[in-house]
Amino acid sequence: MGTQFMTLDGNEAVARIAYKLNEVIAIYPITPSSAMGEWSDEWAASDMPNLWGTIPKVVEMQSEAGAAGTVHGALQAGSLTTTFTASQGLLLMIPNMYKIAGELTAAVFHVAARSLAAQGLSIFGDHSDVMQVRSTGWGLLSSASVQEAHDFALIAQAATLKARVPFIHFFDGFRTSHEVARIQLLDDDDMRAMMDDELIFAHHRRGLSPEHPFIRGTAQNPDVYFQARETVNPFYNACPDIVQAAMDQFAGLTGRQYHLYEYYGAPDAERVIVLMGSGCETAQETANYLNAQGGKVGVLKVRLYRPFDAERFVNALPKTVRSIAIMDRTKEPGGAGEPMYVDAITALHESWQGAQFPVVVGGRYGLSSKEFTPAMVMAIFDNLAEDKPRNHFTVGITDDVGFTSLAVDNSFSIEPDSVVRALFYGLGADGTVGANKNSIKIIGENTPNYAQGYFVYDSKKSGSMTVSHLRFGPEPIRAPYLITRANFIACHQPTFLDRFDMLSDAVPGGVFLLNTVFGPNEVWSTLPRDVQEQIIDRQLRFYVIDALKVARESGMGGRINTVMQVCFFAISGVLPREDAINAIKHSIEKTYGRKGEEVVAMNLKAVDNTLENLHVVQVPAFVSSAVEMIPPVPATAPAFVQGVLGTMIARHGDIIPVSAFPIDGTYPSGTTQYEKRNLATEIPVWDPEVCIQCGKCAMVCPHAVIRIKAYEPAALEGASDSFKHVPTRDHEWAGMEYTIQVAPEDCTGCGICVDVCPARNKSMLNLKALNMAPQPPIREQEVVNWDFFLGLPETDRLNIKTTSIRQQQAQQPLFEFSGACAGCGETPYIKLVTQLFGDRTVIANATGCSSIYGGNLPTTPYTSNADGRGPAWANSLFEDNAEFGYGMRVALDKQAEQAVELLKALEGDIGGVLTHALLEADQRDEAGIHEQRERVALLKEKLVDMASPEAKRLAELADALIKRDVWIIGGDGWAYDIGFGGLDHVLASGRNVNVLVLDTEVYSNTGGQMSKSTPRSAVAKFAAGGKPLAKKDLGLIAMTYGNVYVARVAMGAKDEQTLRAFIEAEAYDGPSLIIAYSHCIAHGIDMRTALKNQKAAVDTGQWLLYRYNPERETRGENPLMLDSRAPKLPLRDYLQMENRFKMLELTNPDSAASLFEQAQQDVTTRWALYDYLASRPFGPNGSGQGA
Amino acid sequence: MDLTTTYLGYTLRSPIVASASPLSETVDGIRRLEDAGAGAVVMFSLFEEQLRLEQLSLNHHMNFGTESYSEALSYFPEPQEFKTSSAKYLELISKAKAHVSIPIIASLNGTTPGNWVKYARQIEHAGADGLELNLYSIPTDPDLSGAQIEQMDIDTVSAVCSAVGIPVAVKLSPFFSNMANMAKRFDEAGARALVLFNRFYQPDIDLETLEVKPNILLSTPQAQRLPMRWIAILFGHIQADMAATGGIHGGLDAAKMLLAGATVTMMASALLRHGSGHIATAERELIDWMETHEYTSVTQMRGALSQRHAEDPAAYERAQYMKALTYYKAVQR
Repeated sequence: MGTQFMTLDGNEAVARIAYKLNEVIAIYPITPSSAMGEWSDEWAASDMPNLWGTIPKVVEMQSEAGAAGTVHGALQAGSLTTTFTASQGLLLMIPNMYKIAGELTAAVFHVAARSLAAQGLSIFGDHSDVMQVRSTGWGLLSSASVQEAHDFALIAQAATLKARVPFIHFFDGFRTSHEVARIQLLDDDDMRAMMDDELIFAHHRRGLSPEHPFIRGTAQNPDVYFQARETVNPFYNACPDIVQAAMDQFAGLTGRQYHLYEYYGAPDAERVIVLMGSGCETAQETANYLNAQGGKVGVLKVRLYRPFDAERFVNALPKTVRSIAIMDRTKEPGGAGEPMYVDAITALHESWQGAQFPVVVGGRYGLSSKEFTPAMVMAIFDNLAEDKPRNHFTVGITDDVGFTSLAVDNSFSIEPDSVVRALFYGLGADGTVGANKNSIKIIGENTPNYAQGYFVYDSKKSGSMTVSHLRFGPEPIRAPYLITRANFIACHQPTFLDRFDMLSDAVPGGVFLLNTVFGPNEVWSTLPRDVQEQIIDRQLRFYVIDALKVARESGMGGRINTVMQVCFFAISGVLPREDAINAIKHSIEKTYGRKGEEVVAMNLKAVDNTLENLHVVQVPAFVSSAVEMIPPVPATAPAFVQGVLGTMIARHGDIIPVSAFPIDGTYPSGTTQYEKRNLATEIPVWDPEVCIQCGKCAMVCPHAVIRIKAYEPAALEGASDSFKHVPTRDHEWAGMEYTIQVAPEDCTGCGICVDVCPARNKSMLNLKALNMAPQPPIREQEVVNWDFFLGLPETDRLNIKTTSIRQQQAQQPLFEFSGACAGCGETPYIKLVTQLFGDRTVIANATGCSSIYGGNLPTTPYTSNADGRGPAWANSLFEDNAEFGYGMRVALDKQAEQAVELLKALEGDIGGVLTHALLEADQRDEAGIHEQRERVALLKEKLVDMASPEAKRLAELADALIKRDVWIIGGDGWAYDIGFGGLDHVLASGRNVNVLVLDTEVYSNTGGQMSKSTPRSAVAKFAAGGKPLAKKDLGLIAMTYGNVYVARVAMGAKDEQTLRAFIEAEAYDGPSLIIAYSHCIAHGIDMRTALKNQKAAVDTGQWLLYRYNPERETRGENPLMLDSRAPKLPLRDYLQMENRFKMLELTNPDSAASLFEQAQQDVTTRWALYDYLASRPFGPNGSGQGA
Repeated sequence: MDLTTTYLGYTLRSPIVASASPLSETVDGIRRLEDAGAGAVVMFSLFEEQLRLEQLSLNHHMNFGTESYSEALSYFPEPQEFKTSSAKYLELISKAKAHVSIPIIASLNGTTPGNWVKYARQIEHAGADGLELNLYSIPTDPDLSGAQIEQMDIDTVSAVCSAVGIPVAVKLSPFFSNMANMAKRFDEAGARALVLFNRFYQPDIDLETLEVKPNILLSTPQAQRLPMRWIAILFGHIQADMAATGGIHGGLDAAKMLLAGATVTMMASALLRHGSGHIATAERELIDWMETHEYTSVTQMRGALSQRHAEDPAAYERAQYMKALTYYKAVQR
């Protein structure tokens, strides 16, 4: 029996078993299951063997559908094979799952169960996905905790080999997959004991082999399909016994006994809750608590949901039960009830032997990781105590529309005093979460205590807030819900203090630790009034530390993790102080040792420097502060923003009732402007005297916080003295004033604008036309100036030459203040689209980074202009985005066609002049579109007075006569991999769509997994050993169609070429594809100077710039224009700039040397090919003959 | 012709030694230098500051942006092991020792007293035959006196020499108030050889981009005059061997240095320009010169034109006004 304890999360706990028990692992990233694939890839890259001494073959596929196909094939060839997935990924596997089960194939898929995208996408946990595969013929085995997930991974594998029924082993996404807990590890002997070699050999022997050929997968006809489908029944009948036998064998080995349907609670319980997954833990603990007080309640945990063993299920219930609640963590709109409720009703109907048939009700809970607390369990038991318990109820929300929700008394708590509960509020990436994970390990591995950690992250990628929930106690911790009664609360980021209520979760006499620049004698007066009140009322012990100062003095920069960790141990008393310090130091050496002694040294220094800077604050008896909490949105925001979005921003979204929400997922545009996040410690300040008004700063600004306007001098009336303006330099704008204004509260402080600025102060060459300066001293003044700037009229679009960056950048961006990373390389391209074409664009956005910063609540960045026009945006899925956008194009074209038909039919009533002008409008430029809009307005006026059905229809469709752009936007994971088939089809369709591929060369949104766009030699997740193959040339593939406009751009290398490509692509009346180099945090680069990386990529030939315009072909010109020159620098100069390449030299120098050389060869070959294609003579009609 | 010489206690087949350069970054490169006839190879320098930055940079990029956003808790796989530059350097020493028979001399540039010693020990442990301390630093603190800086250098050399058993050479700069005194003090501190002189790469201003840029210039033969003067002056006054480096581009340059008193002559720029095979060319030139001038061994040559043995010892001290001096002497006659 394994005796080793370890603290790890659910994903790792499962992957450790799955890796050991399989020979082939097909992977594809999807949250929250990606980490299982990442672990497998990393272990394979470091040559870790499986149980049988061989290294499993880990292969990444282009989609979950591809992974499922690969798994099916590998199983058919006789290998032990697995995969990991969730949510839409599991849905993509369904066709193969039917096949695998139909062929009675032993296999286990491990699923971190997650919501499905419906009215909105959610990455969080529930059972919506696994419930969709219940008819595939796969077993469904549910684990409820990290320990169970580890154990069931083995039990499922053992059972499937014997039963020949494939299994989905699932556990709750995030709640279990990401919870860090102390568990008892299974060792190789445990696994070996559970794996029957004969069954494995049998599995191997069932594989395809020319040595004993057979055919499997025949096509069957009406005469036999039905009977053949029924042949599997004995296997399903036998399966529950086999699983229970495996559980019993497992219990013999480990002492941990599981049952398919496991009852906990009073033997004579009258009220019972039935459920699956992590909620079981909460329900069990609550039942224990209630029974200890004389209650008669119980909980039935469902482990085996398919094949459903009705008899065992019913027999597990106490015969005394009077009322039962079947809780489903999913929703099946329109159904007779949710799936497990329906199953349970059937089972009880078929098998109940008791005297009185119990009342059975169904309820929904916990969708998208919605909290499921003891108070909610209590509410369910209370409901069951009613004479007529409410059926089809919900718990955990306030449903004021369907009135399904149960009332919950949130003051009910069962948290025992023996458990230390700590909350930590950190700034994303400040190291808080990492330090807390480390603390859990220290406690879990150095004391007999059990430990649990769960981490709540923000939906923004920059400047986000993290909340760590840590529990430590002498007994196993069964509390998969957030902490609301904390003994210890730490605020690691002082700017959060006046924006979020942190102390309402503090227990009386608890500890509050604040990281602040203010010392123990000064801090009190800086606290908001509410915070002072809470500290006094709850008699909190209050400590302060200037962690940033300690971190900086220790060489740690802004990472305060180690400092705050030491404070926690010093104050909390979880461990004796000396022991804790020693354990932290030991852990530092273990964690950072392989990255070098410098890193270890600075962390150790931080440990030593912390305690002398940690101070207790003498709390005054009275509240004295005049500082108020900052409202989440300004009072000027629209009602919906105030009431709904503002509540979400304040982190109180859980209390918003159903009635407040849009019914169909439709939200207003342009709401990021109300969420003033004040992330930047420094912001750019414009020096108009130095500025050459080139517009580059505004162009590259990822968050659209640098704006340009040229306007009449008279508009300056009322400007403050600090509002900067100078006469325009552009002679076409002579007589106008010019301003570059920064949005001080929306800027993330990335500094990329300063880096790109070409204008330098002649006497101080370290200064430019934009220079970073501390934000707080100028915030107030610049807020006033920003508001004044917004009030200035927009530069007339008809007076802007879009081919010149300096003028074009005066166009208003209709994409602003997104939640993208500071310095993001994607967003400038999207912003450019919205500036150039936003008022006439619909956007189909693939799931990924761009859909998250583009569409994640609470606030979203796509906005509209003063006329109310702006991009209309929608996200369908990850894999279908090209088709999604194509559908929009087809519909818009059809609508235009209908409008034209009606217009022609109504010409007599409308008038020939207007009709012909509308029909023959040239809308190739801004002026033409403007005129058409005016004509359409006129048309609508005329139609108002016309009563015919045709006229009414035309009034509805008249806008379709105005040019509409369709932009299909997504990342390389979509375009190169999962969506490539659709993209290929759409490009081949000839339709006028514009495809923008934001090419970061990895799956950025899920943490940097390899795609087919990843360049050779780059280290990425799923390519821990460096990518051995060259990047796919998507542009070249598209060019082979001949009628697709293709451009490859890199804004940081040649912004003029980028601008030209976007204008040409939009103008081209056919499909266009722009592949845009997008630097990314996942490259391991300095984001502030990332444009230099783009330039280096082009200068070394790693990234070619070109435009392929089929229109040139019709003029007898070569359609391909190379916009970059022959490589002038060795590729190594570029590779050395990025950690993704450098890492390989540090992990596998020999492989790096070889792959770098091959990558250089790629450059040479690619240049030769493109140089040939671009320079070959080209005759008329594409004949390829010299003219 | 007897080209043998002794350096750091080793007998070398030739006085032409490959000094620190990218040519010694691989085992193959080191083998090529041996094949071309190098008497020994000084490996490229291990810079402590570079190691520090490399570790901090790696740590920064592995951590940057992590644990912030729920779908991407990190951006890179976490390898089980990193091979830092120091580990790779030590591995290269071991591999080189296994593949060549000439002495392998490692080169180290430290920044902190403890790490000088620590890395020196690691280098010894990896099997290096000798260690060259590359005393390269640009003191910019106006409150630090020349004497303090000199003492720091001496302390470093003392610490390393007492910590390792392999012979230690010191590559030093000419920018001391009294070069002779410093040479003597390094000698006393335990240095078995002085390498004269370290060449400092000076930054340049790019007039187009208006940026300060490193601009590595390969040495020219003119650079040899400074080390030649000091080798000649120091010859016979210190016990340590003297290695001449800087501006030695061929056999004739080597001959001059040997005559001045050098034990070995080191080449880097010429090898970078012409390839490792240039060592053989230089050796041929040296032999030709020796034959022409009827020298039979390097030992015979060494120091023959040092200040001690030169017909006009003052020539090494008064080069600036030698022409005037010569004229005066002529008039006097």
